[in-house]
Amino acid sequence: MKIHKYDTVIVGAGGAGMRAAIESTKRSRTAVLTKLYPTRSHTGAAQGGMAAALANVEEDNWEWHTFDTVKGGDYLVDQDAAEILAKEAIDAVLDLEKMGLPFNRTPDGTIDQRRFGGHSRNHGEAPVRRSCYAADRTGHMILQTLYQNCVKEGVEFFNEFYVLDQLLVEEDGVKKSAGVVAYELATGEIHVFQAKSVIYASGGTGKFFKVTSNAHTLTGDGQAACYRRGLPLEDMEFFQFHPTGIWRMGILLTEGARGEGGILRNKDGERFMEKYAPVMKDLASRDVVSRSIYTEIREGRGCGPAGDHVYLDLTHLPPEQLDAKLPDITEFARTYLGIEPYTDPIPIQPTAHYAMGGIPTNVEGEVLADNTTVVPGLYAAGEVACVSVHGANRLGTNSLLDINVFGKRSGIAAAKYAQENDYVELPENPAQQVVDLVEHLRNSTGKERVADLRLELQETMDACVMVFRTEQTIKTAVEKIAELRERYKNVSVQDKGKRFNTDLLEAIELGNLLDLAEVMAVSALARKESRGGHYREDYPNRDDVNFMRHTMAYREVGADGSDSVRLDYKPVVTTRYQPMERKY
Amino acid sequence: MATPTLSKTDKMEEAAAASPYITVTFRIRRFNPEISDEAQWQDFQIEIDPKERVLDGLHKIKWDLDGTLTFRRSCAHGICGSDAMRINGKNRLACKTLIKDINPEKPITVEAIKGLTVMKDLVVDMEPFFQAYRDVMPFLVTKGNEPTRERLQSAEDRERFDDTTKCILCAACTSSCPVFWNDGQYFGPAAIVNAHRFIFDSRDEAGEQRLEILNDKDGVWRCRTTFNCTDACPRGIEVTKAIQEVKRALITRRFCPLRGRRYEGPAPECVFRGGALARSGEHAPSVIADRRRSPLHAGRAGRARRRMGGGTRPGFAVERSSA
Repeated sequence: MKIHKYDTVIVGAGGAGMRAAIESTKRSRTAVLTKLYPTRSHTGAAQGGMAAALANVEEDNWEWHTFDTVKGGDYLVDQDAAEILAKEAIDAVLDLEKMGLPFNRTPDGTIDQRRFGGHSRNHGEAPVRRSCYAADRTGHMILQTLYQNCVKEGVEFFNEFYVLDQLLVEEDGVKKSAGVVAYELATGEIHVFQAKSVIYASGGTGKFFKVTSNAHTLTGDGQAACYRRGLPLEDMEFFQFHPTGIWRMGILLTEGARGEGGILRNKDGERFMEKYAPVMKDLASRDVVSRSIYTEIREGRGCGPAGDHVYLDLTHLPPEQLDAKLPDITEFARTYLGIEPYTDPIPIQPTAHYAMGGIPTNVEGEVLADNTTVVPGLYAAGEVACVSVHGANRLGTNSLLDINVFGKRSGIAAAKYAQENDYVELPENPAQQVVDLVEHLRNSTGKERVADLRLELQETMDACVMVFRTEQTIKTAVEKIAELRERYKNVSVQDKGKRFNTDLLEAIELGNLLDLAEVMAVSALARKESRGGHYREDYPNRDDVNFMRHTMAYREVGADGSDSVRLDYKPVVTTRYQPMERKY
Repeated sequence: MATPTLSKTDKMEEAAAASPYITVTFRIRRFNPEISDEAQWQDFQIEIDPKERVLDGLHKIKWDLDGTLTFRRSCAHGICGSDAMRINGKNRLACKTLIKDINPEKPITVEAIKGLTVMKDLVVDMEPFFQAYRDVMPFLVTKGNEPTRERLQSAEDRERFDDTTKCILCAACTSSCPVFWNDGQYFGPAAIVNAHRFIFDSRDEAGEQRLEILNDKDGVWRCRTTFNCTDACPRGIEVTKAIQEVKRALITRRFCPLRGRRYEGPAPECVFRGGALARSGEHAPSVIADRRRSPLHAGRAGRARRRMGGGTRPGFAVERSSA
């Protein structure tokens, strides 16, 4: 075991982690721990753009953007946070441009902007051009630009270091962060990083679904590390299903395709979104479009022999426009489906895309231990966190914005905390839990296999807690997950070695997914209403009287060592917008 | 309402409805220094839909047959750059290569990319590759006061370097280059592509410095124009063309029509501390020992040290806490 000492440790090197690192490296001695290489993060898969009311191409302002964000989140958004997001969006985009990001340009040479789902002028009048973009690889450009600037700032990376535990120590009656414990993939060695402040920026948890746009590595590692140490997880029942994933594969096809004029059609060639969202049509918010697609499929208007998907039609758009604005997604269609998007429509289905919930934080990125108490020295930003700016449903282009605004904020806040505070003493045997976990998995002779359990979990989640949910389906999921968690105790790995043991890594990741799936299902079962991405067929309406509140899920450990999920609730921060019926 | 042409899509869906599985042999070059110093080929037979990816095949092997098979992967659709490997003798991304496109009748050979030290099975040490990238100053350098709003750039100027912004740093190009195989001191195509991305960006003011770096004897002049890199690039970047443009810029010193003035300000202070494997040997003895065995790595580290003392890049400090 090795012990390292840094002022600030950042867990994750995607957009939020590297944006935080650029700030904290200037102000404190910072280490970035990532289980991949920095440019491998899934920020790079984001396509369509980053919202900011620059008003470069038409009238716009941040107040409209705030409203759209609150409405898009079905009023579960904390409005003070949404206002910060929309206001600071403008500087966040300009910061990236100054760092070198090659945005597409207007004829005047300013940053070009395009339409995106849920973004409107003057509180829902008509779609507005608010998304700043670089072709359909905006996330790739953000990731590369941030990495380039990390090189410029001399950010210190620990590549392929997998953080498995969050160290919390009680000092003067307050739970404080003391550091993290990581497993080095190359050597199998365990490292303790003592740090004054820790920022989680480790991304989402989409891999508990089968059809997902998420990378194989998005397994909720940061959420699980905090949750196991007794910290709450907020609004985990809210998961976004992106309307346009490649049929059966789930690979993302950007909403920018519809922003550029793409149309969703059923097997009769009908533009069905006109029925469900007369004003915004194909550019209604993602939860609305995904439900509309599944409604078409359920009512027998789906395409293909099994009627299990619909079409994204780009054939009416000029090939030059597709080449210039959507080169990557048209290539995906060619590569993975053998389809030419110039002439043929692309089969799509909703794909599990984004966790609105996560580790609760305030607007400075400080992690909350309950509804109000912060954990000194602990921060989170990006998809791993829940500020909450996305509420019950995130608007497209608001996640690339989120990582930049709250990545920067948490980087600054964490470095400031590190400057002003001392180290918290490490607990005795700080690595013990990780050593036990790794040794248990490596030495286990159980008969259960990781791949089997993971597949059963994914199939259960797809069947039971996807776009449509009922009491019955969620209960089925809860029971199945409990069974899988029990069987997980007998899981074993074939690779017993120390060097690059990805077999072991996948086993640990599965444990995280199982814990988080349980939190998600239990949270969803208790929310007897429909709001944003959480749609209950048995409770089809929003219920502001009983459920205008955030779910807070805690891990409870019983006297016999068994654990369960305890739910509590937190009020929503409302400033200027009173809940209204949500129409597009 | 216009009904879109559905013929091709329909056909594809009909084909998908029939049972598609075929038996395929994967012939994989295995290496695990914990077990043996020798690498060896191992065959696996799997049932797979030919429309699936090579990566899906590797997952089937890892998940159903042999959990010790080791490779990197993440996004699985050609964006993250983790899974570059040599498939049937050509560098490709496993997640962008469909089984049907590489003749599944014969065994499909899969091995690690060449020119970088193999650490286990298909996993190589990427550190020398990233070091070459960091050596070309891969970041925007500007001088003077920052504007309040964005820097202006015409659509044409933006287009000038569009191709080289697509790079995902997968190393498929660099590890397909015969010059790089023979001499790891050569920067390699990927680093030059990333230098090109800034040299031809009208907003950047350090083009001269980057050109000086690439004018080095291990720089662009080592390129033999074999086009392996262009063929290997999974993003379709015209890599050889980018290298040629850098060579031409070195001769003419003309790379941006709007600018052409020399950057005279101080170079940004840049401290390279490197990744896990570049750090001191204290916590990764086995890996460091490998690096020492490899003349290739010794060469590159040597180059970095020479640079530091040699002063080819004034003010541009390269520090490595090597043992």
